[in-house]
Amino acid sequence: MPKLFTGAEIVFKCLEDQDVEYIFGYPGGAVLPIYDELKNFQSIKHILVRHEQGAGHAAEGYARSSGKPGVVLVTSGPGATNAVTALTDAYMDSVPLVCISGQVPTHLIGTDAFQECDTTGITRPCTKHNWLVKDIKDLQKVIHKAFEVATTGRPGPVLVDIPKDIQFQKTKYTSFKKINKKLNGNSHNYFNQKDINQLIDLMKKSKRPIFYTGGGVINSGPKASELLRDLVRSTGFPITSTLQGLGCFPGDDDQFLGMLGMHGTYEANNAMHDCDLMINIGARFDDRITGKIDEFSPKSKKVHIDIDPSSINKNVKVDLPIVGDVKQVISSIIKNIKKTKPNFANSNKQNISKWWLQIDKWRQKKSLNYINSDTSIKPQYAVQRLYELTKGKDTYITTEVGQHQMWAAQHYKFDKPNRWMTSGGLGTMGYGLPAAVGVQVAHPNKLVIDIAGEASVLMTMQEMSTAVQYSLPIKIFILNNEYMGMVRQWQELLHDKNYSESYTAALPDFVKLAEAYGCVGIRAKTPDELDDKIIEMLNTDRPVIFDCLVDKQENCFPMIPSGKPHNQMILGPEDEKDNKITGKGKALV
Amino acid sequence: MPKSKSAYSVAGKKGKLDTHIIVVWVDNEAGVLARVVGLFSGRGYNIESLAVAEVDSKLNISRVTIVTTGSPEVIDQIKLQLKKLVPVHKVASFKREDKKVIFKEMALFKFVSNSKKMKLAVKACKKFNPVLLDETNKSCVVQVTALRREIDKMAVNFKKYGLKSISRTGAVAMTRGSDVL
Repeated sequence: MPKLFTGAEIVFKCLEDQDVEYIFGYPGGAVLPIYDELKNFQSIKHILVRHEQGAGHAAEGYARSSGKPGVVLVTSGPGATNAVTALTDAYMDSVPLVCISGQVPTHLIGTDAFQECDTTGITRPCTKHNWLVKDIKDLQKVIHKAFEVATTGRPGPVLVDIPKDIQFQKTKYTSFKKINKKLNGNSHNYFNQKDINQLIDLMKKSKRPIFYTGGGVINSGPKASELLRDLVRSTGFPITSTLQGLGCFPGDDDQFLGMLGMHGTYEANNAMHDCDLMINIGARFDDRITGKIDEFSPKSKKVHIDIDPSSINKNVKVDLPIVGDVKQVISSIIKNIKKTKPNFANSNKQNISKWWLQIDKWRQKKSLNYINSDTSIKPQYAVQRLYELTKGKDTYITTEVGQHQMWAAQHYKFDKPNRWMTSGGLGTMGYGLPAAVGVQVAHPNKLVIDIAGEASVLMTMQEMSTAVQYSLPIKIFILNNEYMGMVRQWQELLHDKNYSESYTAALPDFVKLAEAYGCVGIRAKTPDELDDKIIEMLNTDRPVIFDCLVDKQENCFPMIPSGKPHNQMILGPEDEKDNKITGKGKALV
Repeated sequence: MPKSKSAYSVAGKKGKLDTHIIVVWVDNEAGVLARVVGLFSGRGYNIESLAVAEVDSKLNISRVTIVTTGSPEVIDQIKLQLKKLVPVHKVASFKREDKKVIFKEMALFKFVSNSKKMKLAVKACKKFNPVLLDETNKSCVVQVTALRREIDKMAVNFKKYGLKSISRTGAVAMTRGSDVL
């Protein structure tokens, strides 16, 4: 007679077989049998968070920085509903998460039992798939399938809801061998040689080409970023990246035009608008990128490389869709270029030289410039100094959501993938701190900094306690302007300066707060002391809350105002002074 | 045009709305219908009719036929999203005016009146394969199979025969000829 295992044991056996090292969770009535087994599985370490949303974001940070799926364990009812924000966040940003939730015993489902909720019903629209396990015999199969769904194709979150009685019941467990199917394997490739030939043909003919790359490159693995660099160099084309794609191409490279979109650079957005060939690699034509759809890049042929067929033609009609894993598509393109035109970059130089001249003209605008100050710390300056003082250290950056996030994206230059974790699709304030916890768990010896705003960080501040518990030396770098900065900016520019409820009249003393949590608090008030304070933060090997008091009125520029195409950007205050904003733009300022 | 205060773009041109019939083969399991229907409701689209039943008891597969109205872009998007669902095996769609496809709906009419009127009613159904399922001296139940608009018409016209209650299915669809979806 084979050995029988309880449902709770099977959960851990599955996690073991999936090589899970860390789970982020919070115990409660309906998952206690699973928590009971934790001590018997030494290879799996549990990180106790302070709120289930924190568990979800920490698992996201873990997943995005390591390329492995993040695992979350929560209880029924409020445990599951608290995790919903993180699941939705992971769904929007294509982060592989496996969330295991407890549920009330099977016979009580649907009776409004204590801490009961319709977890699979609530999470249906924010997961790739979810399961309610009603038979112990299905449990093993379901959990392994959950990992498969979360990590293949376009990655995303899944949820397995396990009633408490199922956790107690016993059945056999047959050891699971991970089929060595490569992540995002061939089953997701629907392109053929003809598509590649057509693309190369377009590339040869193009006089104004641009690569527009996104998070899909990073999700395709580090190799994809290497191949992308190879491709960009072997073509000589300019490249721009979405918020999520930062890091897949070196931020300080000459061919890199910076981020595009609502707060992207002048050169990137104008190049997108005027190009004749747009090659989208692993991005999804998000509305923050396209601006007004009807006037989005009107003169270009558009190529879209994406693993998800439903991304094609969703927002923007494209001329050549290539459905497949970014890594394999790029590798195929490179092979073909090397075969047919080994010296493409040089022979094509002439073809696109005018284009580069035009791009250089746009670059002259220096759209990320700002007016610095001797007396107050400009937030952009703070990010720049942070970058300069950390750039040799293989730093991992997370952010919250708002102005600070955009300044971080604009002024912090990444040169490797998986170093930049930010909530782009859902725009979840409070993402960065728990994400930093997860990143630090995955990379215990690396420098992890959450570039934060004071409003966002207060939403999940309790996770500082988690960082202290596990000695995770994360650095919370708060650009403190006492406002919900992006809200304030929109109110200033679009709502006649009616600053309705965007000022936080009572804030905690972040230095004392840090001490209360048992970590280190540092405050910088003037530009003169900023460098010393940052160095002090970097030299502290404990968690730090850095309260950087910045200019309260600063706005994030450049900006594409509402309903405008890419070539009608508002530039910064310097530009305003020179009266370069024409009638239309001014109406909006 | 008033100046926009939104940080979102303004709506572009909307595609023409058409009636589409979407056929989906799914695993017959709990919650699968909610997953399918959720893709419509999540986009604010109403489903005109829905018919679902198991068609293969061995493989446990149900066939769902959905009639809905939407712009071609949204219908394409819903189809692609449907294909991504784990329990979905196959998706097909066509427009209502497609000549290669047969659509049928079934309706049950209950008449409560006198025998003369009821006879007239059954006669009026003649074109639509009427089956008299139940009959008393002051009531009858008639089953018809027809197109949606034909049933719509009957529902209005039969008031005069004492039509008191209607129960109808959603449309089911099948291709003509030897082609199989």
